[in-house]
Amino acid sequence: MTAANPADSNAVAELGLEGGAAPGRGAGGPSAKRVYVGYGFWIFILSDMVLFSAFFAAYAVLAEATAGGPAGRQLFDLTSVAWETACLLLSSFACGLASLAAASRSALWFHVAMAVAFVLGAAFLGLELKEFAGLASAGDGPQRSAFLSAFFTLVGCHGLHIAAGLLWLLTMMAQVMAKGFRADIQRRILCFTLFWHALDIVWVAIFTVVYLLGKAP
Amino acid sequence: MKLLGRLGWDALPLDQPIPMIASATVAVGILAVLAWVVIRGRFPYLWREWLTSVDHKRIGVMYTLLAMVMLLRGFSDALMMRSQQAVALHSQGYLPPDHYDQVFSAHGTIMIFFVAMPFLIGLMNFVLPLQLGVRDVAFPTLNSVSFWLTATGALLVNISLGVGEFARTGWLPYPPLSELTYSPGVGVDYYLWSLQISGVGTLLTGINFVTTILKLRAPGMTYLRMPMFCWTSLASSLLIVAAFPILTATLAMLILDRYLGFHFFTNEAGGNVMMFMNLIWAWGHPEVYILILPAFGIFSEVVSTFSGKPLFGYRSMVIATMAICLLSFMVWLHHFFTMGAGADVNAVFGVMSMIIAVPTGVKVFNWLFTLYGGRIRFETPVLWAIGFMITFVIGGMTGVLLAVPPADFLLHNSLFLVAHFHNVIIGGVLFGAFAGYEYWFPKAFGFRLHSGLGKAAFWCWLVGFYLAFMPLYVAGLEGMTRRMQHYDNPAWRPWLLIAAGGAVVILAGIVCQIAQLWVSIAQRERLRDGTGDPWNGRSLEWSTASPPPAFNFAVLPVVEGLDAYWSIKRQAAGEQPRAEPTYGPIETPRNSPTGFVCAFFATVMGFALIWHIWWLAIAGLVGAWATFVVFAWRDRAEDEISAQEVAEIDRQNRSARAVPLIAGAP
Repeated sequence: MTAANPADSNAVAELGLEGGAAPGRGAGGPSAKRVYVGYGFWIFILSDMVLFSAFFAAYAVLAEATAGGPAGRQLFDLTSVAWETACLLLSSFACGLASLAAASRSALWFHVAMAVAFVLGAAFLGLELKEFAGLASAGDGPQRSAFLSAFFTLVGCHGLHIAAGLLWLLTMMAQVMAKGFRADIQRRILCFTLFWHALDIVWVAIFTVVYLLGKAP
Repeated sequence: MKLLGRLGWDALPLDQPIPMIASATVAVGILAVLAWVVIRGRFPYLWREWLTSVDHKRIGVMYTLLAMVMLLRGFSDALMMRSQQAVALHSQGYLPPDHYDQVFSAHGTIMIFFVAMPFLIGLMNFVLPLQLGVRDVAFPTLNSVSFWLTATGALLVNISLGVGEFARTGWLPYPPLSELTYSPGVGVDYYLWSLQISGVGTLLTGINFVTTILKLRAPGMTYLRMPMFCWTSLASSLLIVAAFPILTATLAMLILDRYLGFHFFTNEAGGNVMMFMNLIWAWGHPEVYILILPAFGIFSEVVSTFSGKPLFGYRSMVIATMAICLLSFMVWLHHFFTMGAGADVNAVFGVMSMIIAVPTGVKVFNWLFTLYGGRIRFETPVLWAIGFMITFVIGGMTGVLLAVPPADFLLHNSLFLVAHFHNVIIGGVLFGAFAGYEYWFPKAFGFRLHSGLGKAAFWCWLVGFYLAFMPLYVAGLEGMTRRMQHYDNPAWRPWLLIAAGGAVVILAGIVCQIAQLWVSIAQRERLRDGTGDPWNGRSLEWSTASPPPAFNFAVLPVVEGLDAYWSIKRQAAGEQPRAEPTYGPIETPRNSPTGFVCAFFATVMGFALIWHIWWLAIAGLVGAWATFVVFAWRDRAEDEISAQEVAEIDRQNRSARAVPLIAGAP
């Protein structure tokens, strides 16, 4: 090959830049896979936050639209909600321990921590379903008023995320059991923990906006 | 409970000849294509190389093809509307109101969600990694899932042609009309589920592109060295990430109203109809810019390439793009000034809507100054670009008129509005998509499109557009409202006849485009481009072969400035011959049927939900989840192309473009 050639560019791989850390303003070439997988998942979480904010907005608009039915003050039981919160936050803590266990490649502790996270998450979901069932059986289901529609949708959307997260959690446990701590599975564990912690943030907002403000005189 | 929910033989429109014939034609067409594929033994090839492909270039081509096919469907709806209004003075015309309403709803839905979106996403898919100098998007399999979910949405809309009905509520299903009380049929449900499913695909695409642009670029490509198309795609993808979840949430609320008796938007029990307008337009206005920004990027590339000059005011263009990205979230209320929010609120949104015209104006001047003093080559893409500039400025100015709240009170829901948004969407988005199609086609397939037919198509579209929509401005000013199945004001008639004529001229343009594709494929040897750089381009996609190899670049290019390939060419022209690089093996993502299988289950689930076949919906959901688990269990994610193979492929590319360089091209 003797001709000057525009397709001929400097060999990046030799410079060790390929798959680098992409420092500065992004002059360092493509990021490593672990970096951009986590990054992409953060973007997804952002979009999920926008989804929740739409439901929050609808709730804020409809919070007073009780159509002669009960308002939050008459319906909410803060004790049960406090237990829910405790379960969820502790589940998140257990999930954090699981990611530490994954980082040190301890399958046993990973499974123990994930199992605890699952049980606590399931307890949260059980308490929430109990609250929903109680409301519905008293005739205060989502069909009662626009306020209750918005309430069930906002809180239920979070609950649906928790349910999906529990399914994902079990899938991750099965994956680690079957495949061990492979690089791609470590990345998925990273994404799962991000997801699980993000749901806490949403719950804190629900706890404040829906339950505390709803109960406030 | 019935096993098949609401589905029965009465779902087939046996008593309505037009949808019956149309759906039968579509069905026969699909069966004929399938039969041809199977009989010619092409199915394994199609499955291996296209349907399961996770290569961004293949997916881009499939997106574009989907858009072009759906354009035919959406345009037939347009022809029906124009011909109906041409004859429906003091008469019912030939389309009963029930059908006419479905036609305009389907037209809008299809044109926005299944023509404009997939066309631009297809172009972004094909071009972005090439312009960024990398080997693929961040998440190739997810990219395939996105495409197939979009195809699912398009399929469901088309199924509604033959099984059941489509929405009669317009392209945005405003309640309370779209609530169960007033739309008890499956039409709105077809709309809702096809958009929910394709919306997931679009959101995943947005996430994928944001990650790709921000995290995967060739070494040396800082933000301010990215080609303009990458910038506008970034802005558009950011808007997708920020806006599409609002659409999903809003449609979910309507679904809950319709399926479970919730009261978000009902007239009873405290529901709030105007909340729907606010939410849907909080998505809908950014959506306008999701569509137009990539088109702006295409025009920037085309104008700069065919003027032989760098883009004028690159940095101001970047700032304008990001300003539009931000401002697009602050103008949504101008879609319903008549809501009665009060003078202050309307004034704020009116002023914001005028402000957003400023960065757009900056862009227009930048394109004009890029052309100014350039050696313009009047190839087909640049014709679309110039046609766009003139047309879009007119559309922009009528938009500023509509942004004046008192004027909007008169023009709201009139044909003036219809003319305005067609003015910007056809003149902006569609012209941009066609410019990009002409411009990048040789990169995708290695031969150009026939130039004469391309120019003929352009002139038909341009003239047809003006004939079809300028009269609608007049009819709108004369008081004609949109979506009228018949009317009794003879003063509108002449304008509607001219508009119908314009639609026929556009039809001629579409015929030219089909002929162009056909003739170009037939004459591909004559139109072949061996150099990989047919337009003397400036960005990195032109530095690789046409069509590019699976790995795009044998060795990742190093970027040292704006217009990366242009500067490489300039340097190479004066330099001594350089030695061949050292080739290494390249890993490419493995093909995967995940997207296709997942979309199959999504189609099943969507169809089952529309018809209330609950067991089937659950089966579809479980199937989709199982598909992902199977995908997650695979052990090999990548195939390796050996260094020797890479070297062989790249040597052809190097020798092909060494010749014109020695001849002293640039």
